[in-house]
Amino acid sequence: MGNFRTAFNSFAGRHGMGVALFVAIAVAAWVILLIVLPQLSMLDYSFRHNLPASQIGGPDDTYTLENYRYFMFGNDDGLNTLDIGILLRTLIAAVFVTILDVMICYPIAFILAHSASGVSARLMVIGLIIPFWVNEILRAFAFRVLFGATGLINSVGLGMGLWDAPVDFIRADVALYSGLAYAYILLMIFPIYNAVEALDRAQIEAARDMGAPWWRVHWRIVLPIAKPGIASGATMVFMLTSGALAAPQILGGPSSLWFTQVIYQWFNQSSNWQRGSAYAVILLLVCIAFVTLMMRVFKVSVGEIGK
Amino acid sequence: MRNRTVLLDHVSIRFGDFTAVDNANLKIDSGEFFSFLGPSGCGKTTLLRCISGFSDPTEGKVLIGGKDMKGVGPNKRPTALIFQHLALFPLMSVAENIAFPLEVRGASKKDRRKRADELLDMIALPGIGDKKVSELSGGQKQRVAIARALAVEPDILLLDEPLSALDLKLRQHMRAELRAIQQRVGVTFIYITHDQGEALTMSDRVAVMNSGVIEQVGAPNVIYNAPRTAFVASFVGENNAISGKVAGQTEGMVTLNTPVGPVSGRAAGGRKYKPGEQCSLFIRPEQLTLTGEAGPNTISATLRSQAFEGASTHLLADCAGTRLRLSQINTGAAAAPLAPGAALTLAFAPEHATVLPAGPMASE
Repeated sequence: MGNFRTAFNSFAGRHGMGVALFVAIAVAAWVILLIVLPQLSMLDYSFRHNLPASQIGGPDDTYTLENYRYFMFGNDDGLNTLDIGILLRTLIAAVFVTILDVMICYPIAFILAHSASGVSARLMVIGLIIPFWVNEILRAFAFRVLFGATGLINSVGLGMGLWDAPVDFIRADVALYSGLAYAYILLMIFPIYNAVEALDRAQIEAARDMGAPWWRVHWRIVLPIAKPGIASGATMVFMLTSGALAAPQILGGPSSLWFTQVIYQWFNQSSNWQRGSAYAVILLLVCIAFVTLMMRVFKVSVGEIGK
Repeated sequence: MRNRTVLLDHVSIRFGDFTAVDNANLKIDSGEFFSFLGPSGCGKTTLLRCISGFSDPTEGKVLIGGKDMKGVGPNKRPTALIFQHLALFPLMSVAENIAFPLEVRGASKKDRRKRADELLDMIALPGIGDKKVSELSGGQKQRVAIARALAVEPDILLLDEPLSALDLKLRQHMRAELRAIQQRVGVTFIYITHDQGEALTMSDRVAVMNSGVIEQVGAPNVIYNAPRTAFVASFVGENNAISGKVAGQTEGMVTLNTPVGPVSGRAAGGRKYKPGEQCSLFIRPEQLTLTGEAGPNTISATLRSQAFEGASTHLLADCAGTRLRLSQINTGAAAAPLAPGAALTLAFAPEHATVLPAGPMASE
């Protein structure tokens, strides 16, 4: 609290009390009304029974761990392998998409920061941003068309004789991973770009002068500087991928279910908001735990991500 | 010591229409402390990058130890470059920085550490190997950069204005330090600077450059006392320039007709001048004296201002639009200060003045 007070006072001193009050109230309203309260109500929901409207507030409306128990053990007391399996598969897929994005975006960000100049750099940025004016649903369906059995990729591949029968990219989840990887590349490129831009070009030349091959220059000099950016980008891409709904819905194969789709089913098809809330809370907590663990493993602090 | 003479053979470097270096011919001996001195944009850094292998000359050849360096990459040359802002790696420790060239060559961790410690002893900073680069002072960073460049024992160390980021006091201290390190390791230093104080105090020889052209190469005292072009005379040290036309020449002495009256000086390099040729006479502020009477080689001027600077007093005078600076050694006797506007008669010995053909001069 003391820190907030000092921050507020110094801000008020610099910009005047009116501005400071406005900012303080706006930030507080944003944090409390839009972030904390909805999440708290979801949390509250997750500990309640799914009761008919008439019984809400009645003697049966008590707190319970039933929804969480259901995620772990299902109806019979064996382990709920179905839901746990879907959660694990979602996390693994999200990790895969995140790694894919790091591999795609690190070179792009490096080139953008250090090789491209003037017009070509601006064209690159525009080329990256403009396609995102197309909305998510349209983009997902476009990917479906692109990867479909009679889609562009299959026609070209068949036409060139690369393969004999249409490949089912949808069933193999290639379309899904491509769609998800593409959806969040900007969130990966810009943090890495920010971090790498600070690198003095002379350091690369110095390493080259000392005989370092390009991979060692990147491994020892560029990557360590890019690390906070990669961490920041990876966190966002991982969180958003594991929480994505539209892309898995549209691009996912018939056999693969994303954990968000399970949550969606509880809310909509089963009209069990309490269980849906519990599942959503579980997804959030597991993701946070995973990200924290990864930051520990790669020795990144939260402060570095904020840079 | 191996023969590692650096030879620039008709080297020109052009970027499109712009000539950055124009026909440089130069030989730098093994073990020499050699400086390129010139204002910013004169092409000295371009030339250094060409010697280090980051760029190739458009024309001509760079030879090191008699071998043409064309197509030989920076890492394959017996040179190490120290960058203007040092380019130390901020996320590595001091020891890792110094041993990075060895890491590249696949030396073991133990050998790397041993060599780093040796080099830290050499630069008189023992025991700082585990510090972060950001924990070092400017002078320490400087020395660590030198240690890193020396880690794989190059024959030639190339330094691109490495002291420019330091404050004045440290810069002066580092001059002596650099010179001492160079004499201790015996490696050729090729040093780029726009600071004539650095070039004159540290170097065995200096090449003065302007607009891509090497104007003069010589020992510091030769450059200072016997400049060969108007640019060198005006760039190196303080100098008064008096422009005029040649009236006549006898032996090595040339007389010019100038706005301040007829003045005489040495003909640089025994050159013959045609009567009427446009020339400049250069006389150092410390060679101008105040005299009582008018005579040959005297100038009647008006005092504009004076500044007492302890050991000497600087006077600024004016004669027919020509600004003249004098530097007088203070003898300790409390002379009455002159009032601005006072009439002065300035005199100098012709053998202390140098007459050079008119040419571009250094801007102040």
